[in-house]
Amino acid sequence: MTRPIQAILLALLLFTAGIAAAYTLEEFQFDSPEQQEEFRELIAKLRCLVCQNESLAGSQAELAQDLRNEVYEMMRAGRSEDEILDFLVARYGDFVLYEPPLKPSTYLLWFGPFVLIGIGAFVVIRTIQRKKASPEQAVSDAERNRIEQLLKANPSDDRPRPSDS
Amino acid sequence: MAKSWRFLIPLVVFGALVVLLLIGLGKDPRKVPSPLIGKSIPEFSLPELTDTGRTLADDDLRGQISLVNVWASWCSSCRQEHQALMVLSEDPDFQIVGLNWKDDAQDALGVLRMTGNPYDRIGYDPDNDVGIEWGVYGAPETFVVDREGIIRYKHIGPIDRKVWEETLQPLVAQLKAER
Repeated sequence: MTRPIQAILLALLLFTAGIAAAYTLEEFQFDSPEQQEEFRELIAKLRCLVCQNESLAGSQAELAQDLRNEVYEMMRAGRSEDEILDFLVARYGDFVLYEPPLKPSTYLLWFGPFVLIGIGAFVVIRTIQRKKASPEQAVSDAERNRIEQLLKANPSDDRPRPSDS
Repeated sequence: MAKSWRFLIPLVVFGALVVLLLIGLGKDPRKVPSPLIGKSIPEFSLPELTDTGRTLADDDLRGQISLVNVWASWCSSCRQEHQALMVLSEDPDFQIVGLNWKDDAQDALGVLRMTGNPYDRIGYDPDNDVGIEWGVYGAPETFVVDREGIIRYKHIGPIDRKVWEETLQPLVAQLKAER
């Protein structure tokens, strides 16, 4: 087996091992599959502040374990999803949410890309319209002579000839 | 005439973007701002590490300036800042309250026996009950709490001379001047 293939296989193995270790729901007891699904979705929305690029669902950090327990306890106590999210945001900040909330301080984040696309589209459209509006440049006699000369000097050249419009 | 400088626009936009991204690179993503700044300390009640018969509660943090230091025996950066805390513990302007976080009492007491105890009081929080209330996500972390029990600042990471002189000391002086 060649080295690159080995490397790819190893990467795949490590990746799937990570997924296998990610779900540690066995320790939690649920009344119904729906409740379990709700819990799973909720912890997938929350960020582990220790690993930062992992959700609470995927993280093996101890803090993530504590917060999973906290979320679980709150859910069992009948708190709604919004109440649980508010509880965590009040303590850990918006960063605990994977999806940043829409509020004035995040407008730039949410709408910035669209504004940039808009500016880009505006510039492109205006440039094209300008090009269209500008009149064709007339060719002077001297230039015409030079063109003829060049074409004659290289008759076997199979580059496309400029069409005379 | 008007066109002569136009070609510079993309360059300027690019330059602005580079500056923005450079500033972003310079920031430490581990330092997540706490939403608790400016808010009253959460209500809590914990047994004290050094004497489990006594309790440490939020009211113990009112009436004087406090540094609330989150630490654990398993945390190596805490050991690093321990000496700084020992020096600071001699300062009469504030009390240093420890939050022994996710730790084992025997291990924690062992560290204090070996290296000295800079804390006026220590709450023992092995299960992160109070840690979650304070939004603690690592150790060491240090909260500066004013006399009214309002959290004024949170320092993430160990306290060293630079942090103390540039950030915490001026803040403590300011809080001391507030009456």
